[in-house]
Amino acid sequence: MPSIIKVSNLSKYFNEIKAVEDLSFSINEGDVYGFLGQNGAGKSTTIRMLLTLIEPTNGEIAIFGMNLRTHRKEILRKVGAVIERPDLYKYLTAYENIAMFAKMSGVKISKNKLLEQLEQVGLAERAHSKVKTYSLGMKQRLGIAVALVNDPQLVILDEPTNGLDPQGIADVRNLILHLSKHQGRTVLVSSHLLSEIELIANRMLIVDKGKKIVEGPVQELFDPAEMMVELQTVNTAKTLDVINHSKWKEALKKQQQDTFIFKMHRNEIPVFNSYLVSNKVEVLSIQPRHSLEDYFLSLTSANQHVHAFAN
Amino acid sequence: MFTLLQIELFKIFKRPRTYISFAAIAAMILIIQLGLKFDGKSYLQLLMSGISDSFFVPYDMILNGYLVAFVILNTLLIQVPLLIALVAGDVIAGEANMGTLRLLVTKPVSRTELMLAKYAASVVYTVLLLIWMALLALFLSMLFFGTNDMLIARNDVMEQISRNDILWRYIAAFGYAAVALSTVAALAFLLSVFAENSIGPIVSTISIVVVLTILSEMKIPLYDNTVKPYLFTSHMLAWKGFFYSKANGDGQAIRGSVENLPAILRSLGILLSYIVLFVTAAIIVFRKKDILS
Repeated sequence: MPSIIKVSNLSKYFNEIKAVEDLSFSINEGDVYGFLGQNGAGKSTTIRMLLTLIEPTNGEIAIFGMNLRTHRKEILRKVGAVIERPDLYKYLTAYENIAMFAKMSGVKISKNKLLEQLEQVGLAERAHSKVKTYSLGMKQRLGIAVALVNDPQLVILDEPTNGLDPQGIADVRNLILHLSKHQGRTVLVSSHLLSEIELIANRMLIVDKGKKIVEGPVQELFDPAEMMVELQTVNTAKTLDVINHSKWKEALKKQQQDTFIFKMHRNEIPVFNSYLVSNKVEVLSIQPRHSLEDYFLSLTSANQHVHAFAN
Repeated sequence: MFTLLQIELFKIFKRPRTYISFAAIAAMILIIQLGLKFDGKSYLQLLMSGISDSFFVPYDMILNGYLVAFVILNTLLIQVPLLIALVAGDVIAGEANMGTLRLLVTKPVSRTELMLAKYAASVVYTVLLLIWMALLALFLSMLFFGTNDMLIARNDVMEQISRNDILWRYIAAFGYAAVALSTVAALAFLLSVFAENSIGPIVSTISIVVVLTILSEMKIPLYDNTVKPYLFTSHMLAWKGFFYSKANGDGQAIRGSVENLPAILRSLGILLSYIVLFVTAAIIVFRKKDILS
């Protein structure tokens, strides 16, 4: 599969702050690529660099096989994007907004075709209403219609479900699947709604504090039979000592105070439990987790915030 | 580029608040015309008080459309910069505030083209505002007050311009004013690049224009030859020079003449230089700017 996006050693520093650090990843043609990370992880900064809103400090970006720095216009002609909340011109109608952006994109498109595009996102009846009268969900749909007006090969959606109700989230999910499966577009979608990424993405990248944590096919990174197991014990030091002298040492992914996170197959859990007991480790709880959310939390610093709230 | 300009003009003239400027100018002009219609003689007596002892002043003759237009221009071209800054100061900062700037910059147009289109749209708005002002100030005044020779008092000199020698001077004056106000637009445009809210650039532009105008008008020898000649505000009122004619040996105004055309052209050159400087600086800054809004 040819790469649509190839990012190499991308970094962005805002004075002393390292927003993105030495990030490399690639997105193949036809992918629905999930870009995951907690707030402040560097997702939006990375997306803004892909769209030339922000100048990278270091690194290279190639899209459609072309260097973004030298072929910006050619690349952006084939890209559509919704960046965070869908801000459009509130004093213009939906039709005026989409017609204007079509013109800016260099697209010659008839009035009927534009109205068709609004109909596809369910806005045909309100095409001539001013955007300031729209709900958030309607603005989001209009934002997506504007992103698709130039028939892009690559669609970039940054937090497209922010602020939407469950129906709105489902609508966006179905749209993304339609763009990919039926229209053959490549979609990059960033989100912290992990459950949504789980349902739509075939490949994903997880970032934390501006750095890549993991990248790859969702199915390979996240095998439902392989799960994260959270262990809490009475004596942390003894537990650590026992684990370090066992085959479970490699399975240990993270430790925070009295909590240990392991990655293991579900069949290994009883064996592991027996081993701990036989080595006189006093187990308070041993909990398997099997969702992408738990996988994500285990890998990123979000977990410490979760426990802080739980306490 | 033309497409971008069309889009920018569409956005400007679709906003209701754009028309506030046109309404404000209309209101100000009509108020002045009304006042002069009912009590123009008192105003002229005040204006001519310095020379009325030396000359017979035919108030009924000189209170005509041409003089009224001159009075209006003199008054309004001090306030109009605020109305220009309202639009020009909003072109980038307003888009950043609305969140639409990030949409614009991700389209397949260069940042330079976008900036040039936005500035050009500000200039078109400025010119249309001046045309509106010309229609009301000049042609409406000619309608209400009729036409006659124009008398202009300069220090202790009274200059009389024939009625047949005036209209082209107004066209030239409005043309000059367009460049002067485009300089204010360029300053507001530059300041707009640094802000994410249009209030800052608008207030900053007006503050700078006010301070520099005061500096330009003050008679302090320290500034007369060092700073004042280079301030753009020192050259904004040079349009008046089109109404100062050369005199022949008999002290009569020479038709079609301008007393000091090189000075006017020099001022025009300085204003154009400022426009190039402000717009170039704005483009350079914007090309490097990280769009975080």
